[in-house]
Amino acid sequence: MNDAAIEARNLTKRYDGLVAVDGISFVVNGGEFFGFLGPNGAGKTTTVRMLTGIIQPDGGDALLMGRPAGGIGAKQLSGIVPEMANAYIDLSGWDNLMLMAELYGVSLREARRRAGSWLQALGLPQRKDSLVKGYSKGMKQRLILCMALISDPELLFLDEPTSGLDVQSARLIKDLLRSLNESGKTIFLTTHDMDEADELCDRVAIINQGRLVAIDAPEKLRTATSSLRSVEVSFGGAVPLETLEKLPGVSSAKKLGDKYRLYTASPGDLVTSLVNHCRSCGLNIVSLSTLTPSLEDAFVALTEKGDGNG
Amino acid sequence: MADGAIVFQQVRRALAVAKKDIRIYYAKGPVVIFGILFPVFLFLAFVIGRNLTIDFMMPGLLGMVVFFTATAISPVVAPWETQARTLERLMSCPVSISTIILGDILASFAFGVLISLVTVLAGLGMGATIHQPLVFAAGLILAAFCFSALGLIFSAAPTSMPSTVMMLSAMVKFPVVFVSGVFIPLSDLPAWGRAIAFVSPLTYFTDLARHSLQASGHLPVGIDLAALVAFSILFLVLAMKLHQRTMPRRI
Ligand SMILES: Nc1ncnc2c1ncn2[C@@H]1O[C@H](COP(=O)(O)OP(=O)(O)OP(=O)(O)O)[C@@H](O)[C@H]1O
Ligand SMILES: [Mg+2]
Repeated sequence: MNDAAIEARNLTKRYDGLVAVDGISFVVNGGEFFGFLGPNGAGKTTTVRMLTGIIQPDGGDALLMGRPAGGIGAKQLSGIVPEMANAYIDLSGWDNLMLMAELYGVSLREARRRAGSWLQALGLPQRKDSLVKGYSKGMKQRLILCMALISDPELLFLDEPTSGLDVQSARLIKDLLRSLNESGKTIFLTTHDMDEADELCDRVAIINQGRLVAIDAPEKLRTATSSLRSVEVSFGGAVPLETLEKLPGVSSAKKLGDKYRLYTASPGDLVTSLVNHCRSCGLNIVSLSTLTPSLEDAFVALTEKGDGNG
Repeated sequence: MADGAIVFQQVRRALAVAKKDIRIYYAKGPVVIFGILFPVFLFLAFVIGRNLTIDFMMPGLLGMVVFFTATAISPVVAPWETQARTLERLMSCPVSISTIILGDILASFAFGVLISLVTVLAGLGMGATIHQPLVFAAGLILAAFCFSALGLIFSAAPTSMPSTVMMLSAMVKFPVVFVSGVFIPLSDLPAWGRAIAFVSPLTYFTDLARHSLQASGHLPVGIDLAALVAFSILFLVLAMKLHQRTMPRRI
């Protein structure tokens, strides 16, 4: 009767005077890949911790698949990759996985089967019997993901799972998350990597100073920031920035290395006037491209707004 | 799920927590030093050069061994996990805080029972006799559980420094040993000494051990056992309540 995987109602958390999370409400649908974005200190980790029952909210509540967040029933359904957590370094990777299986009540046979296949999928099978102490950061992070998957959870919470990893490890994790989502799992992903969010998420929420400022599909957030469409151009010779700013339709201009970026509401018209201008004064254009705003542009625009004290 | 099934499930998971503690924390140096070497040396300092019978020495030695070993591991687990950042992962699992606490108590309890058994066997080898083996076994098990739960109370403050907690617990443990009839039997204590002794749970185990090994306890056996049960429940409930409050603050 309840299709929502996560339902947060007015979640609030205060830390002596500071409101870390300020009454946020949202719904994540079953099977959705949901991104949770925000600048440092916005309240992302605090929100995830309330949803996963590690800390109690000071106000509001949440349901995971209809069960109260923080209860044993809700935890049983969730797999969690916390932001700064470690596996037990004095145990081997395999023993860490078996411990998780016992804590989630997974049968030994099933646990062994899953552990074997996840270790394989994440490229760790040769090191499974060595102590986690000797693992690299990327190996630890992959092991922690395996630990979250050992209970075959319906709902996955990941707090910056790819931060600090090299391109290959990050790629591996992202591909795995995508295929998990395709197989029907609901994923709640916190990240600072806008390309990652853009690439993976069905919808993203943007949180700033403990409040939700936007929640929509990445594509819609980008087009909503249409004032940020731009044309990027480089010339064969020097051109003063002021001349470019005076071209019709340019709202602002900036110099980026050997290129100029001109912001405009209508890139098509601007390209025409640029070409005309260059032809009239004998300048030659080395490169020219039009840019739609990235999720990052949308993110910056949304999180700067209402951010009075910087 | 029915209540009974949930209790059963959580107890099984507490055993998984205990197994993890045993594999990780039994191998930590300070745990072994405080837990085993300390009571042994303290006791040697007391008995060497005095002409005491094995029957007289055993109850005091056992009291100290079970007290120090059962409180060796339980206080350090929480700060260690806070420092190693493994606690958040553990808390996100489908186990209640009480389950985690029970697991920690069981790991420390097992250490206490194990080392005490070794001590008992050594004592038997040196000619000691146990008069009431069942009463003695019940007392040992209760005492190890009771002291292990006491150990967890020491770690309720949400610090991430195992050394702080070990210092704090040592500050409590030493005075307790001296007021508990370990070195001087209860009957030989002055009235005020006995009054203090009755506040300490260790008193009741030492007295029970004197019943079993010397056939000369001061209190009735039933009182000793009842007191150990009462202290166990008190410490268990207190440890769970305190950690329920402080564990989320360790994150
Ligand atoms: N245990 C705590 N005690 C006191 N303040 C805290 C605590 N945890 C978080 N805060 C504060 O709450 C606010 C939100 O923190 P949170 O960790 O949720 O941010 P975040 O969005 O996850 O940031 P980041 O991107 O850096 O991970 C911050 O101002 C932080 O200082
Ligand atoms: Mg964070």
